[in-house]
Amino acid sequence: MNQLISFIKKEFYHIFRDVRTMLILFGIPVTQLLIFGTVIKNEIYDIRIAIYDQAKDETTRRITNKLLSSGYFILEENLNGISDIEDIFRKGKIREVVVFENGFGEKLVKEGKAHLQLIADASDPNTARLAVGYTKGIINDFIRKENPEMKIPHEIKTEVRMFYNEDLKSAYLFVPGTMALILMLISAMMTSISITREKELGTMEVLLVSPLRPTQIIVGKVAPYLLLSIINALVIILIGRFVFGVPITGSFALLMAETVLFILMALCLGILISTVAKNQMVAMFISMIALMLPTILLSGFIFPVENMPKILQWLSHIMPARWFIEIIRGIMLKGVGLAFVWKQTLILIGMTVLFIAVSVRKFKIRLE
Amino acid sequence: MISIRNISKTYGETEALHDITLEINRNELFGLIGPDGAGKTSLMRILMTLLLPDSGSASLDGCDVVKEFRKIRKMVGYMPGRFSLYQDLTVEENLHFFATVFGTTVEENYELVKDIYSHIEPFGTRRAGKLSGGMKQKLALSCALIHKPKILVLDEPTTGVDAVSRKEFWEMLKNLQKKEITILVSTPYMDEANLCDRVALMQKGTLLDVDSPGRIIQKFGKRVLAARSENMFRLINDLRTFPKAASVYAFGQFAHFTSPDDDVEVNELENFLLKNGHQAVEVEEIEPGIEDVFMGLMQNSLQQSVAAGNTNNKPSKKQT
Repeated sequence: MNQLISFIKKEFYHIFRDVRTMLILFGIPVTQLLIFGTVIKNEIYDIRIAIYDQAKDETTRRITNKLLSSGYFILEENLNGISDIEDIFRKGKIREVVVFENGFGEKLVKEGKAHLQLIADASDPNTARLAVGYTKGIINDFIRKENPEMKIPHEIKTEVRMFYNEDLKSAYLFVPGTMALILMLISAMMTSISITREKELGTMEVLLVSPLRPTQIIVGKVAPYLLLSIINALVIILIGRFVFGVPITGSFALLMAETVLFILMALCLGILISTVAKNQMVAMFISMIALMLPTILLSGFIFPVENMPKILQWLSHIMPARWFIEIIRGIMLKGVGLAFVWKQTLILIGMTVLFIAVSVRKFKIRLE
Repeated sequence: MISIRNISKTYGETEALHDITLEINRNELFGLIGPDGAGKTSLMRILMTLLLPDSGSASLDGCDVVKEFRKIRKMVGYMPGRFSLYQDLTVEENLHFFATVFGTTVEENYELVKDIYSHIEPFGTRRAGKLSGGMKQKLALSCALIHKPKILVLDEPTTGVDAVSRKEFWEMLKNLQKKEITILVSTPYMDEANLCDRVALMQKGTLLDVDSPGRIIQKFGKRVLAARSENMFRLINDLRTFPKAASVYAFGQFAHFTSPDDDVEVNELENFLLKNGHQAVEVEEIEPGIEDVFMGLMQNSLQQSVAAGNTNNKPSKKQT
């Protein structure tokens, strides 16, 4: 036991005395979270639009006001002719043009029908779709409120509610994803690097010729990173909660327990990598390429698993992050209990056991 | 204390150790002498249970290096060729870490390392990576000794260490020997061989000779002439063209010369050199050193292997 404590103490010295390690451990998670938080956005703010109002009557003015006061749109220019539209899109600043037809308000009252055209710059299809969608929503809302009695024959009124994320905030999407990514990366990369560093510097040779058992070496390597990763996870959850407003609707204890499980899994994966990798460069390369990219692309972090080709969907099953993201989305956003995520939890436990078993078996008690 | 029986080890195509048999006595200061690539490190790693031999067996104090490796790992102190302590830990932290890893404390065995550790104790809070080469070796030795091993194995401990520190280091080893520790040490420096009780001269994975340094020199029994002149390079080349030259090697400022039948006199060589236009020529007969023996043995083994190669070729020649 003394041996183990002494070993863990030594690991902490390594971590706290190396600026690079400290940066990777605590700098990367926070910056990554903040970067993802501001870059990955599915909602729109301050979209610049232009309006070509041929009617210039009371109704069009009120619709314009309603659009601009929504907070989504900024009026950049009022256009005076159809030909201006092409030019203004070319300049690149304007994303959408709203065109009201002649006598818009009058027609609306008399015929119960008026035309309005939305032209969007679809060189960025996501923004274009979103802008058009928001504009439609605002205009329909306006018409409905103006004419509460108006009956459109056989209209099917769709009442849409976005459950678990009423405002469709993308923070709800990326906070769990980033958490999985960061914990995976830090835990697996740091353990694999710290073990291979001992090999590279020759200290492993001395450790091997000592009464230390492989389990002691492995536990001694894992324990400090487990602790630091838990702190990391807490920081991420706190930033998610207080900076990006992601709620924790489910049990916090369950969330932390699942997080610890995921961290353990990643640490074991790191040890497994270190048994294969000969030096720090290889360990880092495997961790970065083999873990980071698949975790980003195949875990459902950014791209939904359901939309992938069948073969990639199958591949995503072996991505531990995929299961973890399902678990924390369930707990944080939907507030579900263990009863709903037991399957994913079991898969993570299974992966952990598998990795630790293989690493202990592959851990070399000699130099070759 | 250490017995090695018919150990062979190959890495891929290259044979690192070829059928080594060696017995090291209790409480002996034993030296493995040989150039880089002689197989010293491989042999030590096998004894330290870090490598498995391809064939043969070895035991330390009766414990087999393959089957009872855990017992061995408790009773040996090992200092690898490369500095293998934690550079980012301080001197004290390193020592305490290795003490606890071996299930002991610094206080318990302080007596044993006191002589060595006292040299570096003033720098206790300095990071190990910031120590000088000599101090690093002292710290590494302290760490290898802190659990009071019965057997101490040191792989080229004085390589890259200054002359004064080297001398100190060997004095420390002599003192440790008095504390009943069997010491196996390897070195590429021939002059250090004289400080060992017995040495094994190694070359390309084989043992050339095993004996005390004095007896090894005695057995050599050849006259060695040391010559010097202004131009070392030309001196060596010219001496090699001398009809009765057996071996010519540079040792520092001198070239050591031996002849096959020991019948070359000092003035004979002197005249030869003067005739070849050398200036400031100086030739004298000297006592052979361990280096001369080593070079002689090396040459013999090379000739033997060439001869062996020839006999191997003969049958194939007949077939063609």
